[in-house]
Amino acid sequence: MTRYLLRRMAILVLSLLLAMLAIFVLLRALPGDPANALLSVQATPEQIAAARSQVGADLPLFEQFVNWFRGMVSLDFGNSFISTLPVAPEIVSRLAVTIPLTLLAFGLAFALSLAVGFIAAHKSDRWYGVALSAFSQLAIAVPAFWVGILLIATFSLKFRIFPAGGFPREGWADPGAALAHLALPVLTVALVMTGSLSRYVRSATLDVLGSDYLRNARAMGSTMGTAMIRHGLRNGAIPVISILGIELATAFLGAVVIEAVFALPGLGSMLLKAIAQHDYPNIQGILFVSTLAVLVIGFVADIAQRLVDPRLRHSAGAA
Amino acid sequence: MKKPMAALLASALATAVVLSGCSSPVGPSTASAGPTGSAGPATPVPSGTSDATIQIGSLYEPQNLDNTAGGGQGVTEAFDGNVYQGLYQLTDAGKVVPLLADSYTVSADGLAYTFTLKRGVTFHSGKALTSADVKASIERVVSPASQSARKSSFEAIAGITTPTPDTVVVTLASRSISFIYNLAYVWIVNKDATVLTTSEDGTGPYVLDKWTRGSSLSLKRWSGYWGTRAANKEVVFNYFTDATALSNALLTNAVDIVTNVQSPDTLSQFEGNPKYVVNNGASTTKELLVFNDRVAPFDKVQVRKAVYSAIDRAKLLNAIWGDKGTLIGSMVPPTDPWYEDLTGVNPYDPTLSKQLLTEAGYPHGFAFTLDTPTYDPHPVVAEFVKSELAKIGVTVKINSITADEWYTKVFQKHDFVATLQEHVNDRDVVWYGDPTFYWGYNNPLVTAWVAAAESATTVDEQTAKLKLVNEQIAKDAASAWLYLYPQIVVASSNVSGYPINGLNSQFPAYAIVKK
Repeated sequence: MTRYLLRRMAILVLSLLLAMLAIFVLLRALPGDPANALLSVQATPEQIAAARSQVGADLPLFEQFVNWFRGMVSLDFGNSFISTLPVAPEIVSRLAVTIPLTLLAFGLAFALSLAVGFIAAHKSDRWYGVALSAFSQLAIAVPAFWVGILLIATFSLKFRIFPAGGFPREGWADPGAALAHLALPVLTVALVMTGSLSRYVRSATLDVLGSDYLRNARAMGSTMGTAMIRHGLRNGAIPVISILGIELATAFLGAVVIEAVFALPGLGSMLLKAIAQHDYPNIQGILFVSTLAVLVIGFVADIAQRLVDPRLRHSAGAA
Repeated sequence: MKKPMAALLASALATAVVLSGCSSPVGPSTASAGPTGSAGPATPVPSGTSDATIQIGSLYEPQNLDNTAGGGQGVTEAFDGNVYQGLYQLTDAGKVVPLLADSYTVSADGLAYTFTLKRGVTFHSGKALTSADVKASIERVVSPASQSARKSSFEAIAGITTPTPDTVVVTLASRSISFIYNLAYVWIVNKDATVLTTSEDGTGPYVLDKWTRGSSLSLKRWSGYWGTRAANKEVVFNYFTDATALSNALLTNAVDIVTNVQSPDTLSQFEGNPKYVVNNGASTTKELLVFNDRVAPFDKVQVRKAVYSAIDRAKLLNAIWGDKGTLIGSMVPPTDPWYEDLTGVNPYDPTLSKQLLTEAGYPHGFAFTLDTPTYDPHPVVAEFVKSELAKIGVTVKINSITADEWYTKVFQKHDFVATLQEHVNDRDVVWYGDPTFYWGYNNPLVTAWVAAAESATTVDEQTAKLKLVNEQIAKDAASAWLYLYPQIVVASSNVSGYPINGLNSQFPAYAIVKK
């Protein structure tokens, strides 16, 4: 296990390095010049040159990369080209919206998926089992932003239960208000995620229900509940855990769209604006954080899977 | 994503031309009814409503808080008149009135301006305002590091001296009738203040409370204000990137006022609803089909006139804004003092267009590429222009470009045949007097008139000269001025006292009251 951990971590670091290089090179390949966004129309060539040197855009590419890399290692993400303000504190303040949004949505989707998936599989001969299957198909098909718009139209504009968007000025100092503002975005992400996740839970449940070990356990006198918890859960969890990691990463990245719909000051809305303005330090900082998050989630999912499934542990030990 | 070039041009096209001081009634007054435009600190404050928090919804978040370091349209909207003040102030009605200046005198040759400052003015930090702060503030705008869009307006400044703590003398190298008007854009900042990109030290009725980037910026009423205190306790600017999200915020009372509605589709939810007021202000934003007047075929006046006359502007405006907005026949909006109705100079007349094309040597039409910014309303306008011009045998190839590319390709390199762009400022007809400007209109008569207008000694003289300019560019169809945007502020009907014309993006909030 230790060897596996070390190897898995080396892969993580290497992936991160490659991703950083790719981000840096691809951004520089885009047409346009960040100095343009900085200046007004009657800027002289001298002003443009001054602006470029002020943000370090005049240095050779390699030097820019080394500078950026050095900054990243010491968690100094540099200053925005456009606002001249440091990138890191803004990312941190944006994460205070995006991380709770992602985790709450994920938690809710997880709970919903277990229920929906299990019932859809176990009660596939009842009308509500079929209805839940149909629901998950539908949830996969509709785009998240559309769900968001529908929820706003219903719960904000019509019934005035939740705010239509934005995030309180006081942030999490008033948790009630913050949660109220996150309610609809969380529900949006969770509903869409439940669509695909519950399909996996459903098929895992069907596998378990049709399995020999479950039949044997029942034959040996175990009740259905006990058999499911003692044997079914662990076996069924294996395929679901690997998909959970992917779903969590998708939710984090999918926040870009949802934050725009709900006017939330999260990482996604920051990214959209930074891209529009060619604000390289901001884009690089955000992509670095997102890449890191996705890689770490993948890492944790892999470890979790090995903990649950002894077969994987032993094959790694043998290798 | 929507406004970048607009904002740049907005703030840049300000080689304005105006007025001398408080005596002359230069500014146009607003044409529309509605809430009272806030005039200045002298405005009497309605009683009994002084502790409200006013929630404002806006699409223009500041980049940073320094208007000489690229703060942009957003910081002007939030801070101008609210946090920072100038020696002079442009009111919502377009008048220039003294603010931190008490009075001024001009030397006989028109080159030396001596300003006396108001007494008893202090900065939010507690320091008293002196002439040294004024000198430093003007120098901030014109310094080499300055990214201020107003920088070029002050090229005539030859020197600034401070003979006494409350006297400033500015010497100009040449006469500039718009000097006082331009001063309204210079924020007076404490010369000892630092980190102005995230904090402030101004003299206005509000202090900055908190700026949460990506979300909101709040201002608190300042008890040490030298003038009449603000009519509300607190103002919060809430920032949105999506017009629908902004409308939803107004519909759910999360905001009281939307500063500048840019999406016609959202208006129907508020019109005819007694809970909201839709204000039609005086707009200065013009949608232009810009020809590159240097290159064929648009170097020929007849070709430009033919294209202009082939476009049914009334139909275009109606398609985009319904019954809102105004048709214009030149660069000058009705609120500029030198406005004349010139919509008849190039009437919509496809038959005339064909005749003009034949005269110009293009009896079978021609094809050209129209560089079209990717944001609204340009793509829609481009399609309309394309279908109209097809009727006279002219083929339009639409080339979509981002705001950033537009700036490099069209504005800097002049590498285009025709393009679409909005020009937002008032008094920006003077750009037709600059042959090096991106559209390349070069008529020596017009250049001379614009120069003469700037060095005029009276406003009448200036107005007369700019009317000549106005008429000439229309005759030459220097560009095709398609329409004037509406300027729309939507608010809950329980608030009043907000500005409705949004001149140069400012949004003074100190007179706003909520029932």
